[in-house]
Amino acid sequence: MELYQLSLHELQDILKKQDSSSEEIVLSILKRIKLVEDNVKAFVTLDEELAIEKARKCDQEKDYTGISGIPYALKDLICTRGMRTTCSSHMMENFVPTYDATVAAKLKEAKGILLGKLNMDEFAMGSSTENSAFYPTRNPWDLERVPGGSSGGSAAAVAADEAPFALGTDTGGSIRQPASYCGIVGLKPTYGRVSRSGVVAFASSLDQVGVLSKNVRDCAIILNIIAGHDPLDSTSVNVDFPDYTESLSTDIKGLKIAYPQEYFQQGVDEEIKEVVKKALLKYEEMGAVVEEVSLPHSEYALAAYFLVSTAEASANLARFDGVRYGIRDLEAENVVEMFSNTRAAGFGDEVKRRIMLGTYALSSGYYDAYYLKALKVRRLISNDFEKIFKDFDIIVSPTTPTTAFKLGEQNDNPLTLYMNDILTVPINLAGLPGMSVPCGFAAGLPVGMQIIARPFDEAAIIRAAYAYEQYTDHHTVKPLLGVKENG
Amino acid sequence: MSLSIKEVEHIALLARLKLTDDEKERFSQQLSSILNYADKLKELATDDVLPLEHILPIYNVFRDDKIQPGSLREDILSNAPVLQEGQYKVPRIM
Amino acid sequence: MAKGYETVIGLEVHVELKTESKIFCSCSTVFGAEPNTQVCPICSGFPGMLPVLNARVVELAIKAGLALNCEIADYCKFDRKNYFYPDLPKAYQISQYDLPICKRGCLEIDADGQKKTIGITRAHIEEDAGKLVHQGDITSSPFSLVDLNRSGVPLLEIVSEPDMRTAQEARTYVEKLRSILLFAGVSDCRMQEGSLRCDANVSVRPVGQKELGTRAEIKNLNSFRSLEKAIEYEAKRQIFDIEDGVEIVQETRTWDEEKQTTRSMRSKEEAHDYRYFPDPDLPPLKIGKDWIETLRGSLPELPDQAQERLIRDFNLPLYDAVIITSSPEYLAFFDDCVKLYSDAKVVSNWMMGELNKVLNQNNMEISDCKIRPNALARMLELIDEGTISGKMAKTVFEEMFASGKEADLIIKEKGLVQISDEETLKKLINDIVVQNPKVVEDYKNGKKKAAGFFVGQVMKATKGQANPALLNSLLEERLQKEL
Repeated sequence: MELYQLSLHELQDILKKQDSSSEEIVLSILKRIKLVEDNVKAFVTLDEELAIEKARKCDQEKDYTGISGIPYALKDLICTRGMRTTCSSHMMENFVPTYDATVAAKLKEAKGILLGKLNMDEFAMGSSTENSAFYPTRNPWDLERVPGGSSGGSAAAVAADEAPFALGTDTGGSIRQPASYCGIVGLKPTYGRVSRSGVVAFASSLDQVGVLSKNVRDCAIILNIIAGHDPLDSTSVNVDFPDYTESLSTDIKGLKIAYPQEYFQQGVDEEIKEVVKKALLKYEEMGAVVEEVSLPHSEYALAAYFLVSTAEASANLARFDGVRYGIRDLEAENVVEMFSNTRAAGFGDEVKRRIMLGTYALSSGYYDAYYLKALKVRRLISNDFEKIFKDFDIIVSPTTPTTAFKLGEQNDNPLTLYMNDILTVPINLAGLPGMSVPCGFAAGLPVGMQIIARPFDEAAIIRAAYAYEQYTDHHTVKPLLGVKENG
Repeated sequence: MSLSIKEVEHIALLARLKLTDDEKERFSQQLSSILNYADKLKELATDDVLPLEHILPIYNVFRDDKIQPGSLREDILSNAPVLQEGQYKVPRIM
Repeated sequence: MAKGYETVIGLEVHVELKTESKIFCSCSTVFGAEPNTQVCPICSGFPGMLPVLNARVVELAIKAGLALNCEIADYCKFDRKNYFYPDLPKAYQISQYDLPICKRGCLEIDADGQKKTIGITRAHIEEDAGKLVHQGDITSSPFSLVDLNRSGVPLLEIVSEPDMRTAQEARTYVEKLRSILLFAGVSDCRMQEGSLRCDANVSVRPVGQKELGTRAEIKNLNSFRSLEKAIEYEAKRQIFDIEDGVEIVQETRTWDEEKQTTRSMRSKEEAHDYRYFPDPDLPPLKIGKDWIETLRGSLPELPDQAQERLIRDFNLPLYDAVIITSSPEYLAFFDDCVKLYSDAKVVSNWMMGELNKVLNQNNMEISDCKIRPNALARMLELIDEGTISGKMAKTVFEEMFASGKEADLIIKEKGLVQISDEETLKKLINDIVVQNPKVVEDYKNGKKKAAGFFVGQVMKATKGQANPALLNSLLEERLQKEL
C-alpha cells in the first residue's frame, strides 16, 4: 500500500507510531496528484510548498494528535485566509479572503494540512461540476463521466486518492450525490450542526458544510472537529454533540429502519433499487427492523426546493456587484451598467438562470404563488419526516436515481439535470442529517445508499452506516482510474 | 406559466444582469418550463399551512454590544477593483 | 395655505440607536472616523459572512416603543429588502417587513396651545447603508466614492400616521419624538450627524374630503427648518398643480436646499420591487412579557411626565414646560437650578431667553455649556440682592457663557456693581435737572416722557450701573419739587 491510498484513521495510526512522517505522507499525496490530476481535474488551487512546509513543522514538533500532519482539501467556496477562493466562478477568479471560514479555522487549529481548493459547480449550482467556470472534473471510476456535483471536486479528489478527506457543502444533495457517484462516504449534517460562517452562501436556509471521506470512521473523526456552535453563525445551534466515534458500533440489533415507497419510484433505475433493497436485507440480517413507509409529499419537494433555493440565491449572489471584490466592467458609464455588465460577465449560464428564477419567484405579484407556496410545501415535507421519525430511527433510500452520467449528456434541458437531486432535496428542506454510503455497483459504477435521521442525530446515521460498512466490502473497491500505478 | 421576453427583461433589470438577445430567448423558454414544473405545487391545498420560514426552533440569538477591532483598511480594501482615497470608487450614479 | 385645501402629512423618522457596536458585527459606531476604518468583512458584505444580532439593539427598540406607547410584538423577524446601490454592500438591507417590533403607538404634541395626538403606525429595526461621496451634485458627479463606516449602524424607523396638518405640526412632532427618544436614552438624535433623519409624506385635499390625496415622499430633510420649508413648498406645489389641472403622481422627491424647492427623483429605470423575504440567516425574536416589563421599569421620567411635574410643582405654563423638556440635559439644568434658586419662572425665562439664544448662536448643546446651573442660580440671586441690574446681568451672563467664570468674579473684575447709594444718585439727578431747564419746562407742560431723558442721562453718567428702581423713585421725587 502506498501512503496516499490510506484513509484518515490509517494515517493517524501511522503517524502516531511514527512509521512515516507527515512530510512523507504529503509528498506521497502530491505525487499521486501529479499523476492523476491531469485526468481528474479535482483541484482549482494547489499549494504544494505550503503543504510541505506545514508537514515539516508537524514533524519537528512530533505533534500527531487528532488530524495533525494529515492533508486534506476544501471545496472552493470555503473561504481560506490568504488562499484564493473562487467558487469556481470567473466573478471571483482572483478573490483572496482576509478571513477563514470557521470550518477552515477549525481544521487549521487541529493542525491538518491544507493542500488546496477543490473544483465545484459555480457557486454550488449544479449536479455535475460541469458548471465550473474553469474546467469540468471527471469521475475517477470513468473519466467519461461526471463526478456529480456540486462538490464534484471534493468527491473526485477523495475517490482518486488525491486527499484522504475533503469538505464540501450540500444545499440539495451536493455532498451526497457526488459521494454516491464516486463511491465514497458523504455526510450532510443537520442544518445548524456545523457553522456556515465564511462559506459562500448559495441558499442560506439549506446550505450545510459536510464531510467527504473514504469510510465512516473518518467521517466521524472530522465531524467531531467541525461540529458545534459558532458565535459567528446565528443558525449554528448551541447544543452539545456527542463524540461521534463512539457511535462506530456494529451492533444495530433492534434499529428501526424505514424505507419510503416514493423513493423507490420516481424514475429510479431498476438496478439501483435492487442494490439498495439488497442493502436493506443485509440490515435485516444484522438484526434491524425494516419497514416500508410513505412520505406523501415527496413528489413536490423538487419544485419547492427550486423556488426556495433560487429565491435565497438571488439575494445571496446580489453582493457580487463589482464594488468591493471580484471582477468589474471598467468601461461602464454608470453604476447600473457597471452592475449589469459585471454580473453578466462574471456569472455563468446556470447561475444566471437560477438568479433569474429566484428573482421572479420573489417579485411583486408572484411571491404568494411561488415563494410563499414553496415555504408552505416545505412545512408539509418536514411534517412527513417528523411523522416517520416518531416510529423509526433512520430512513434508508437510494441517494440518486441513476449512477454517474456522461459529461455533456444532460446539458440540453436544465430540468432533467435538476432531477438528479430528487431524492436528496427533501432532506435539505426538512433540515435533516443525511449520508450517502457506498452500497454496491450498477454496471461497474458505484451506487450510494442514503441514510437519514432525526435532527441532530448524526450518531444514528454513523452507527447504521458503520455497521453496514463493516458487514460488507463495497468501500474497499477502488477505481482503477485509467492510469497505471507509478506510470 | 410562460415568461415573455419582456418579463425576462424586467427580471434581468431587477437582478442587474445584462442579457444578450439569445439569452433572453433561451431563458424565456427554460424558465417557463421550470415554472410549469413548479406549478405542480398548486395541486396541494395549503390555505391552512403555515409557511416554514425557519427550520430550526431557535429564537433570540444575540451577541453582546461589544466593540472588537474591525479589519485593517488595507486588508479589507485589498480585493477592490478600483479605489480612491481609501474608498471604493464607482462610476456615475445618475 | 391656499383657501379650501388641507395639507396631510405623515413622517418617517430614522433614528440611530445608541449602541457601541453595529447591529450585526462588532465594529464601532462612533461618528466621524476616517473612511472605511470602522468596517469588517461582515458590514462590508463579504462572501460567506453572516449577521449576528446585537442584543442592545433589541432592548433599545423595545424601550423606544414603550416610550412611544406602542404595542411590542411577542414575535417578530428580520427580512431582506433587495435593491442594488453602491453603498449597500450585500445589495439587500436587513430590515423588518410585515412584523415590526413595535406598532400602534402615539405621542401628544402641543398644537397652538391644544393637545393633539399623533398616531405612530409602526417602528422597526433595520441596518443603515454606507455613505456615498460625490464630486458636487449626485446628478453631475462623474464618479462617487463609497465609505462603509455607517454600513450596519442600527436604526429604528418610526412611521407616523398621516395625522399632521401643518408644517409647524410636523416640526413639533419631530421635536417631541426627539425629546422622548432622548429621555428614553435610545438615541442621540443628532440631525447634523445624521443620527435623526426625516422623510415626509405630503398630500393635499379639499377641506371636507375624506379620502387622502396622492402623496409625494420628500427626502433629504436635514434640519427642522428644511422640514418645515419643504412641506410648505410641496403643499403649495401640489395645490398649484391641482388648480392647473395637473395630476399629482405618487413619487419620491428631494428637497433642494439651495433652490428651496422639491424636485422629482423619479427614475425611468425601474419601478421599485424590493422582493422582501424572511432572512434565513437570522432566527426570529420572541419577546416575553417579563423582558418587556423589565425594560419598562428601566425607563426614566419621560417628557410628558416631566411637563406635568413642571406645571404641577412649579406652576410653569405649558409653553415653558415643553421647552424645558426638549432634552433630558435641559431639564436637568432646570431641576438643578431651581434647587438653589426657588423662582422657577425666572429660571425658565432665563433658560428660554438668554441661554437658548447663546446656545443657538454658537450651535451648542446645553451639555457643552460652560454655565452650570449653580452659576446661573447665583447670578439670579445677585439680581435679587440688587448687586446688579437685570440689564447688567445680561452682560454678566454673556461673559459667564464665554469664559465660564462665576458671576461674582466677573462683577468684581469689571467693576459692574450697581449704584444703590441714595446720596450719590440724588446728587447726579440734581445736577442733570439743573443743567436742563428746557426739559424740565417740557415736563411741567405735561410731557411725562421727558422723565425718560433724565433716566438716560443718569445711566450714561453711571455707565448703566445705577439701580434702575431706585433711580426712578428718586427722580420722580426730585421732579415733584419742580411742579
